[in-house]
Amino acid sequence: MNAAVIVFPGSNCDRDVATALEQAMGKKPIMAWHGNADLPQVDLVVLPGGFSYGDYLRCGAMAAQSPVMREVVARAKSGTPVLGICNGFQVLTETGLLPGALMRNASLKFVCRDVTLRVEAANTKFTSHYAPGSLPRMTVAHGDGNYFADAATLDELEQSGRVAFRYVDDAGQATPEANPNGSARSIAGILNAAGNVLGMMPHPERHADPLLGGTDGKALFSSLVQALS
Amino acid sequence: MKARVHVTLKNGVLDPQGKAIGNALAGLGFGGVGDVRQGKFIELDIAETDAAKAREQVEQMCKRLLANTVIENYSIELG
Repeated sequence: MNAAVIVFPGSNCDRDVATALEQAMGKKPIMAWHGNADLPQVDLVVLPGGFSYGDYLRCGAMAAQSPVMREVVARAKSGTPVLGICNGFQVLTETGLLPGALMRNASLKFVCRDVTLRVEAANTKFTSHYAPGSLPRMTVAHGDGNYFADAATLDELEQSGRVAFRYVDDAGQATPEANPNGSARSIAGILNAAGNVLGMMPHPERHADPLLGGTDGKALFSSLVQALS
Repeated sequence: MKARVHVTLKNGVLDPQGKAIGNALAGLGFGGVGDVRQGKFIELDIAETDAAKAREQVEQMCKRLLANTVIENYSIELG
């Protein structure tokens, strides 16, 4: 399995996710600079967290227009799996590969803390190593993670099983207190209709090694390795 | 020609920043301020001199980059 991590000016989780991928795949992913449209053939493209282009205009808006993204959008449309984490999720909504938008946190504060998620869709390339309904812990670190979409889009996401993760409390309940950013229906991650694009605000790569305080994110990377090897 | 673009959040989209501004105004003693919505103002110098063509060009800029039409409306003034 080969993977590419796209590096934008302002990405800051690119090396963390590369380490998590290397641990799962047994080899280093390709680090692909945003300005280069010649993306090698890979089985997985990862858009990492960070503050691409300083979050100018809107988070992810500039990155969505960068040369490499034209190629990423084309690959995603032809079925290549694409994982967007945090800023990567924002970029995916800005390209239109995923519906909705990530808005300023309802609290107006940058939120950096561990959250509990509930795995809503465990039958995907990204999540098959999680039990349905299981409650992995991951870290969120963002100022703009408040998922918004109109009611019809939210209904469609739910009815088609495309909500991948929700923010919940320790008992697995999606309460307002457990929702770190005000996201509609406590949504933390969604899939596209074809199931090959996942965007999520929490960082699985920050829970991929015991040294980081948790390993609940590892199953996401091992799911991908199993599906794509 | 100058084009001035206002980008605002759509009705029904929660605007926590607007709300915070409203609360701050109330804190300063400005009474009677209802809903506050904040947005962006973008001024562009464009070479096109034909107003209709310029408007079409800026319209495309808004749709493709300046506004996120999932959550935002835009309006264009030329002159």
